[in-house]
Amino acid sequence: MMLLEFDNVTQSYGAAPVVDAMSFALADGEIGCLLGSSGCGKTTVLRCIAGFEPLQSGDIRLAGQALAKVPAHQRPIGMVFQDYALFPHLTVSANVGFGLKGWARRERTARVAELLELVGLADSGSKYPHELSGGQQQRVALARALAPKPRLILLDEPFSNLDVDLRERLSREVRDILKREGMSAILVTHDQHEAFAMADKVGVMQQGRLRQWDTPYRLYHQPADRAVADFIGQGVLVPGMVSGPASLSFELGEFSGQLPDELAAGDAVDVLLRPDDVVHDDASPLTATVLARDFRGTVFHYTLALPSGQKVLAQVPSHHDHAIGEAIGIRLELDHLIAFGR
Amino acid sequence: MMDFSQIVPALPALADGMVLTLKLLAMSVAGGVVLGTLLALARLSSLPLLSGLAKFYVNYFRSIPLLLVISWFYLVVPLIYTWLTGSFEPVGAFTSCLVAFVMFEAAYFSEIVRAGIQSIPKGQVNAGYALGMRYDQVMRLIVLPQAFRKMTPLLLQQSIILFQDTSLVYAVGLLDFLNAARSKGDIVGLPHEFLIFAGAVYFVISMGATQLVKRLQKRFAV
Repeated sequence: MMLLEFDNVTQSYGAAPVVDAMSFALADGEIGCLLGSSGCGKTTVLRCIAGFEPLQSGDIRLAGQALAKVPAHQRPIGMVFQDYALFPHLTVSANVGFGLKGWARRERTARVAELLELVGLADSGSKYPHELSGGQQQRVALARALAPKPRLILLDEPFSNLDVDLRERLSREVRDILKREGMSAILVTHDQHEAFAMADKVGVMQQGRLRQWDTPYRLYHQPADRAVADFIGQGVLVPGMVSGPASLSFELGEFSGQLPDELAAGDAVDVLLRPDDVVHDDASPLTATVLARDFRGTVFHYTLALPSGQKVLAQVPSHHDHAIGEAIGIRLELDHLIAFGR
Repeated sequence: MMDFSQIVPALPALADGMVLTLKLLAMSVAGGVVLGTLLALARLSSLPLLSGLAKFYVNYFRSIPLLLVISWFYLVVPLIYTWLTGSFEPVGAFTSCLVAFVMFEAAYFSEIVRAGIQSIPKGQVNAGYALGMRYDQVMRLIVLPQAFRKMTPLLLQQSIILFQDTSLVYAVGLLDFLNAARSKGDIVGLPHEFLIFAGAVYFVISMGATQLVKRLQKRFAV
C-alpha cells in the first residue's frame, strides 16, 4: 500500500482551479518532489496535505486513513517552511523539542540531543535562532520537524533562501538525513537540480495540473509531453517524420527505437534532441557550424547550426575549444527516441 | 506667599493615597490586560458572532467617557453583586472603581494586543499546528509570548495614561493620591500648594516612567 495517496484533488479560489484533478502516490520511505514555476499550485498541494487548507474535492489518504476531516495538528505530518518559521523566543533545543509535548522529560532530552547530533548542531542547543546562519536554521527546522517521528515530512522550497553552494550541499545532506531516518517526504521546489538531487520521484506541475509523476531519469529521457520536455533539461525540437513502426527520420538521418503508440508511419513529428545526444566527432561526415559557445568548466555547451539552418545544442568535453563560425563534425547518440506528434 | 511647609506633616496621608492609586493601577492593568487579551482573541476569531460581540464591546467602551463608566459602575456593581450572590454586604467604592477600570481599559488593551497578535507571521501558527499543537497551545506558547514582547512598550504607555486617569475616582469619593492632596489642602487652607505639589508628583512619576519606556523600546527594537 502507498503511504500517501493524493487522489483526484481539485482546489479553486474563485473561478480558476489552482490544483486541477491532481493525483499521485508516494511509497513508504520515498522522497517525492513537486516541481514547477511559481504559481503552478505546488505549495497549495503541500498546504492541503498539511491541513492548512480545507480540502474542496478529492481525497488525501495517509497510510490508508482519509485526512479530509483530520485537523492539521492531529496529522502525523511534519513540515519545514520556506522561511523555516523557527520560534524566535525559544532556544534551538526548545524549538526542536517543541513537538514533543507529552513525552517524558528524559526521553525528550534524549530525542532532542539525538536530532541535534543528526543535523550536526550538537553544540548549539542553547543558542537562539537569530544567532545561527541560514544553513544552520534550516537544519534546526528539519530537526524540529523530524523530532515527533511523523509519518511524512513536507518541505516547502526549503533551500530557496540559501546561497547556491550551500543549497547543493544541504540538499544532499537533507536527503541523507531523511534516508537514514527512513523518512518519507514531499518537497516542493522550482529548481530542477534540487528536485533531481533530492527526490526518488518527481512530479512536473503546470497550471495546477500534474503533467508527469516519475523518476528523474524517466522525466529526462521519456518526458510525457512537450510541456515536460520543455521544462526538464535543455534541448531543441527538430522537425521529422515517422518512417516505420519503430523508426523516424529527420535531417540527421533515420533512427530506430520505441515510439509512442499514437504515432503512425507518415506522421509529422518534433524530435527532441538533448545537448548530450549530440556528440562531437571529428570523424563524422556530418558537420555543423558553431553559432554560440557557453563554457561551463567541465563542458562546453555549443549552439550549432545544421546545414539546413536548424539549431541544435551540443554538450562537448571542455578541452574541445572551437571558435564561433567553425564547422565541427557531429553525430547523434539517441538512446531514447523522444518525439511528439504535430 | 506660598507655604509648602504644611505638606510635610501631611505626607503619611498622601502616601496612603499614593498606595491606593498604585494598587488600583496595578490591579486594573493586570485585569485589563487579561480581559483585553481575551477580547483580542475573540475579535480575531473566525466565528462571526464572537468577533462581532468583541468589536461592539471595544467600540462601545472607546466611545464613552471614563468618568461616566466610573460613576455608573459605582451604582451598578453593588446591584449586580447582590443579584449574583444574594448578599447585601457593601461592595465598596474601590471594587466598583476597579471593575470600571478593568472593563474600560480592556477595550484599549485589546486593540494593542490585537495588533501584536497580527504582527506575528502566519507561518509561526502553522508551524505550531504542524508540530501537533492545538489552537490554545499555539496561542499560549508561540503567538502570545512573541506578541507581548513586541507590545510591552505600548502596554506600558497605556498604563501611564491610566496612572493619571485613576485620579477620576475622586468622583466617587475614593481617597487616591490626588483626592488626598486636595482634601488635606482644604483642611489646612492651602489648596494651591497641595495641588501644585500633587501635580509635581504626577509629572515626575509619569515623565520618569515615559523615559523608562523609551529606553525599553530601544532595547526591544534590536
